[in-house]
Amino acid sequence: MFDTLTNRLQGAFQRLRGKGRLTEEDVKEAMREVRRALLEADVNHVVAKEFTDRIREKAVGQEVLQSLTAAQQVVKIVHDELIELMGGTQEKIARASKPPTVVMMVGLQGAGKTTAAAKLARYLLTQEHRRPLLVAADIYRPAAIDQLKVLGEQVNVPVFSLESGAKPQEIVQSALAEARRGGYDYVLVDTAGRLHIDDELMHELDDLVTIASPEEILLVIDAMTGQDAIHVAQSFHERLHLTGLVLTKLDGDTRGGAALTVRHVTGCPVKFVGTGEKTDALEPFYPDRLASRILGMGDVLTLIEKAQATFDEKEAKDLEAKIRRNEFTLEDFLNQLRQMRNMGPLDQLLGMIPGMNKLKQQLEGKSIDESQIGKVEAIILSMTKEERQKPELVMKSSSRRVRVAKGSGTQVKDVNQLLQRFEEMRKMMKMFSGPGGKRKMRGIGDLTSAMQGGSNATQTRTHRHKKKR
Amino acid sequence: MGFFQRLKSGLAKTRQAFTDRIRDVLGRRKIDDEVYEDLEDILLGADLGVSTTEALLSALMKEAKRKKLETADQLIPVLRDLILETFAGNEPVESNVGKGMTVILVVGVNGVGKTTTIGKLAHHYLASGKKVLMAAGDTFRAAAIEQLVVWGERAGVDVIKQNQGADAAAVIFDGIQAAKARSADILICDTAGRLQNKAHLMEELQKIHRIIKREVPDGIHEVLLVLDATTGQNAIVQAKMFNEVAELTGIILTKLDGTAKGGVVIAIKQELNIPIKWVGVGEGMDDLQPFSEQEFVEALFEQV
Repeated sequence: MFDTLTNRLQGAFQRLRGKGRLTEEDVKEAMREVRRALLEADVNHVVAKEFTDRIREKAVGQEVLQSLTAAQQVVKIVHDELIELMGGTQEKIARASKPPTVVMMVGLQGAGKTTAAAKLARYLLTQEHRRPLLVAADIYRPAAIDQLKVLGEQVNVPVFSLESGAKPQEIVQSALAEARRGGYDYVLVDTAGRLHIDDELMHELDDLVTIASPEEILLVIDAMTGQDAIHVAQSFHERLHLTGLVLTKLDGDTRGGAALTVRHVTGCPVKFVGTGEKTDALEPFYPDRLASRILGMGDVLTLIEKAQATFDEKEAKDLEAKIRRNEFTLEDFLNQLRQMRNMGPLDQLLGMIPGMNKLKQQLEGKSIDESQIGKVEAIILSMTKEERQKPELVMKSSSRRVRVAKGSGTQVKDVNQLLQRFEEMRKMMKMFSGPGGKRKMRGIGDLTSAMQGGSNATQTRTHRHKKKR
Repeated sequence: MGFFQRLKSGLAKTRQAFTDRIRDVLGRRKIDDEVYEDLEDILLGADLGVSTTEALLSALMKEAKRKKLETADQLIPVLRDLILETFAGNEPVESNVGKGMTVILVVGVNGVGKTTTIGKLAHHYLASGKKVLMAAGDTFRAAAIEQLVVWGERAGVDVIKQNQGADAAAVIFDGIQAAKARSADILICDTAGRLQNKAHLMEELQKIHRIIKREVPDGIHEVLLVLDATTGQNAIVQAKMFNEVAELTGIILTKLDGTAKGGVVIAIKQELNIPIKWVGVGEGMDDLQPFSEQEFVEALFEQV
């Protein structure tokens, strides 16, 4: 999501890296480039200017410039400042000493409040093992209450609403009573979208705050927001004393500069980010990880966490043993593919691996088509059990290949290609599992080029087994 | 309130923020680097983006030199004309409507106000004596269909729909058949919000667009991209990508009643030459107004 910003920054520092000792003029030049990059990423122009000024001061003021690793040191300063700008450490959602903890979601129209509320409810239920209650207090947008009810059903969290005609104040009041009666420990209030300059509706929020005295007032803000983010965040904060931010639609290709801006101007931490349309696509926000990602250092921690959440440890050990014994079969391959898909969209995962950003870009034009996985799945599923264990059977028999192609709705070419790639992969894995770090690295290169070759060759054909969303 | 005033009141905040700051900055100061830096801040702050801002300022400098301008306030009319130039050839709103059946496909990312805008569009065309139908093509978002149905009731327009989760292309197909059967003048198709980097969703849109072209070969096809005025530079990418899959015929700029300035449309017009057709200035049925570049730019500079 921050790719282009990353590239710009890397471009700016590439020049510094070639140099060794730096002059003040070098740093100034690089900071001009950084400022441009930040502006193109929608960081507020005032914030961008302050940011680059501060880095320039730090870089020029210290012995940095005399050092032989000056460029690396400047990168480190930028990294540290980015973390600082986004608020240091990860901040958890509040919990009241006496339940229920009331959380209010506020923001402009279309920021994604209703979806974010449902996602947060799911998060609290499944990750924190709490009992949340969703409250439908958006009485203005047509069908907003229905939307929350449907989402509530999807995430298995009850939704409190009153008959039409009830005011938000009444709804929240009754919801609180219901929460106490029902023993809920979180109350998530979905409020209507409103303009920060709409005095009447902002006044309604004042009322709700008075009634519910929420522990958390979260401003939900669209990651694609431009320069106006500063006004929105400031107005809501002045009026309501926000406690945190939820940044939505980060799965787009926005460079997301709003994240830097809102944190900076409100002093409120970004607590969660929305990364997809499904109800599980809400993640706690880690400024340090995001800063690394912006600088192209990868976000290994998130990747590891995702992997841990998805992969079964015992299964992984079994697999490792199989690879060692060179017994890795198409069946295992299919399992791997499926697990990988469970971790999220491929291109998102690639962005988290250090050094993979370039690859990600190469792939971007050609788009890592998720339906490719569906296709591979179809081919493997069209084989018999025996064939999956011993791919050579298919490789050696053209009638088998024709049958598999027909069965999976693909062409013989595709079947061949899959088998070839699988064979290469098997060899590589053998190498992978052996000792020696350098050989492992080479393995990664091979794997990725194999992936890329695959998505090239099959791109123009139509796919069956489209991935449903 | 006529539409002229409404547009003005919608743009009032745009205008005010812009002109207040311009007045602060400019006045009768002698033109120097600082004046240009201040102008740069204003244009950047209005979401015009780095490239457009730089291009405008360098053109402005050239003009200032050529015309031998001396004080900052003299720069404004020149800058206004430069911005106005970028809107050259902005087609009038109704250009594509009125000759046989028109299918209007409304597209955009999540949360920009597509469904609301469709309700307003339906109301507009109904009021101008057209027979209008709507197709509930957002089969993904929870309660999106219900939302459109409510707008349909408000406007007095029928909605062709299936259940949530149905194939969007099939709903649009149904809509077209119904529109033909009832000999409607205009069919307005809602679609699910989609981020432009989601390949499979963009493919789905391409398919919908293809179906419309196939089923209504002699009709008029409008594809309108709804852009949220609060969106920053990502709006340019949105316009590019949606244009690639569905040949945009125009842009609707929504939520101009806030403090957002929507300056990014200048860059879009410049880079992609897609006309801006409508602006959304509120939540009422009448709060959709034809875009006028004259008004837009005049409003930006009024009172200076």
